[in-house]
Amino acid sequence: MISGTLLNQATEYENRADPYPIYAELRKTPVALQDDGVYAVSTYWEIRSLLADPRISSDIRNRDPRLGGPMITEDEANLPPSFIRLDPPEHDRLRCLAGRPFGPPHTPRRIHAMHAELARMIAELIDRFHGSNQVDIVEDFAYPFPVAVICKLLGVPHQDEHLFHDWTEKIVNALDPNPEEGPLERQRVAQQARLDLGGYLTGLVEEHRLAPGEDLLSALTVEHGPDGGMSPVEVIVTAVLLLIAGHETTVNLITNGMLTLLRNPEILRRLRDDPDLAVPLVEELLRFEPPVQLLPQRTCLADIDVAGTVIPKGAPIWLVLGAGNRDPRRFQDPDRFDPDRRDNEHLGFGSGVHYCFGAPLARLEAQLALAALARRLANPELVYDPPVYRRNPVLRGPRHLHVTFDTLVA
Amino acid sequence: MVTEGSVAEFNRNGRVVVVGASLAGLRAAEALRDEGFAGTLIMIGDERLQPYDRPPLSKQVLLGRTSADRTLLPRRRAINAEWRLGVPAAGLDLSRHRVRLADGREVGFDRLLIATGARARPWPREAEAELDGVFVLRSVGDAAKLERRLAAKPHRVLVVGAGFTGCEVASACRARGIEVTVAERGPAPLVGALGGVVGAVAAELQRKNGVDLRCNITVTELEGDLGGRLKRAHLSDGTVLDVDVAVIALGALRNTEWLTGSGLAAGPRGIACDAGCRAFDVHGIVTDDVFVAGDVARAPHPLFGYQFLSLEHWGNAVSQAETAAHNMVRSGLDRRPHLWVPAFWSAQFGVNIKSVGVPPMGEELLVTQGALAEHRFAAVYGYQGRVIAAVTFDHGRWIDFYSRQIESAAPFPPEFVGVDRRADGMRPVPADFPDPALPTHGPTVTVSGYAPNERRLTFTPART
Repeated sequence: MISGTLLNQATEYENRADPYPIYAELRKTPVALQDDGVYAVSTYWEIRSLLADPRISSDIRNRDPRLGGPMITEDEANLPPSFIRLDPPEHDRLRCLAGRPFGPPHTPRRIHAMHAELARMIAELIDRFHGSNQVDIVEDFAYPFPVAVICKLLGVPHQDEHLFHDWTEKIVNALDPNPEEGPLERQRVAQQARLDLGGYLTGLVEEHRLAPGEDLLSALTVEHGPDGGMSPVEVIVTAVLLLIAGHETTVNLITNGMLTLLRNPEILRRLRDDPDLAVPLVEELLRFEPPVQLLPQRTCLADIDVAGTVIPKGAPIWLVLGAGNRDPRRFQDPDRFDPDRRDNEHLGFGSGVHYCFGAPLARLEAQLALAALARRLANPELVYDPPVYRRNPVLRGPRHLHVTFDTLVA
Repeated sequence: MVTEGSVAEFNRNGRVVVVGASLAGLRAAEALRDEGFAGTLIMIGDERLQPYDRPPLSKQVLLGRTSADRTLLPRRRAINAEWRLGVPAAGLDLSRHRVRLADGREVGFDRLLIATGARARPWPREAEAELDGVFVLRSVGDAAKLERRLAAKPHRVLVVGAGFTGCEVASACRARGIEVTVAERGPAPLVGALGGVVGAVAAELQRKNGVDLRCNITVTELEGDLGGRLKRAHLSDGTVLDVDVAVIALGALRNTEWLTGSGLAAGPRGIACDAGCRAFDVHGIVTDDVFVAGDVARAPHPLFGYQFLSLEHWGNAVSQAETAAHNMVRSGLDRRPHLWVPAFWSAQFGVNIKSVGVPPMGEELLVTQGALAEHRFAAVYGYQGRVIAAVTFDHGRWIDFYSRQIESAAPFPPEFVGVDRRADGMRPVPADFPDPALPTHGPTVTVSGYAPNERRLTFTPART
């Protein structure tokens, strides 16, 4: 294979079901300059080290357009970038504020306290499978569950959930670096969706400001840290980020999980008999089939030497998490799905200051969801394998996952 | 005695004694079993408790968030050991391969691991140290007693010594709304471990959180009432404070007295061992059946000019224990060196502090990210043109980068431009460490020269 186009091949739709053999080729050159100017980093230790390297920026404005790479911009219109696209100190300020109502040290029990509610949502969704012997895990379960969770968490009314499906899909589509239609058209559609979503949230924020509840939107609107709070527009941008990141990825985590379990019936049986297995199993899943396959928005702030290759200042860097997670120099027998794997410090949630903000929530959602599906579906089987995938190579997962089963266990 | 050819036989039927049943001892025992050691394993510990974790004792336990008896270390695996807890080791006979216990019994070994750690340096005046209300903080028992006293809302707590333990105790007091005075002999808190520039930030943190911090001062007397209860503390500037609790946080003493006369190179700074964790004898000759790990060890480190380092770090105890165990069940070239880059953390006043490398070797300091004034920053220490250490306040996610800078002997001042580099981070300043001959609470990492039988160390108690 030609190494200068490997990244392109890995993201091509025909390889969506199994990009891993191409990743293995890619890893032969830990830092591989692609024909389009992108530096693809695919080995575990190099990715880990770049994610903790202050010379690497997440702010796309640091890119030198002369060095090539697809320009992925979604923020040029009316909304400023969210913290996922910012560097410290702005990133730190916004992330700290967003974290205050979400987790420790200020709200350590937020996620823990949602346990019963999540279990109830899961039970209700699975109860709806009654009277059928075939479901689409995506449409009937993995999509509605995290959307309900994130809406509940943020304080979005239940009856408005359907609006988000459309907006988020349009926004997420813009992240596809190998489009069929032109990137400009998709950027325009995504931009419009962001504006619509932003407009909706503006109204919602105002409602929460007048009558604050226990939710995150209320907290972000009315509560301030020692150095002030978020501006109204920052609240909206952050809410858009949490809304999209908070379910698009979890949908894929749960669906990839069910797919992997159905391909490993012995492990599925173990999970059914021992729900506690869900904890290490989800970690292994985050390694084996990470919902975020690559991080395409890093840029060098200086010429830096990585594994013998100098990446020039301003050059675009893609960190291929899905490849790093299967690096045999880090993980023994990396292509085997092994929930008993020890020392499993995967890159599924990234690393460094941008480490997945919602990781504790995503973990709990996936653990409860997979344990419940394993317990309640009797003799589940895939209707076809591989399933049909979404187009998106960054947030990778099946578009549908049709599963048959004999009966529903109470 | 285990000879090269008999390693396999030793691994089947040998007899390992581990003296010290805390973090290093337990992790070594687990690693021995992981490495395939199937013989007899005897764990000797002076405390009655199963191995427990110490970092929470000055944090979650003092805050009342968890109780002291819930800090037992999680087990990585079953170790199938004979436990001899509650009786300290009192002597070592190298020629007969026997450890003598304080109750007179003897325990024979083929190979020995010494992991006896350190203990809190007591208040030097014994009668004052006996007063009700005077505490040290090292063991579960210490933490439980101190927590009970804090829960009873004392009028004012005096912390003597502003090292990491002292600062964490002061932080816990403030979090519980208790008035606290910190008396530090040096010019700032943490000055021995992190230098004067960073120490000034630690001082700001304390004052911002309502600590009555007094530096360049010593406590000259702890005064009790007729009932033997602590009432007052006298300071070297003539001040008298009404206090009902005093926490002595003057650093740690290595538990090596039991080895006096044994022939091992054991002294106040620990037991000298080689990079493979084998103990040296007093002649500077390395032994082959006695290994050392954890706070009690003193080992040469290639990254720091092969000087002997004494470390009081949790991560070092784990890593060194694993290396010692690996080398105990192998011989010759199958052995590996202990190459851990020193690293530690602390939590105080809501700030997470992390450090890598050997800050006290630093001559200069440069703030590479954030700003000292914001109490959120990363800074590197320079020594002879290279990066020798780093410290972060609420910037811990970058620490791996700095660790690699140290490992690769990156140039100082650093050439790189990174995110969040500020104007005041463009020029190095003196790191401002005090003269190491003037002990304060002591740094948690000490470089102590090149000689294995280095024994010089004096601590001068406060003059009255």
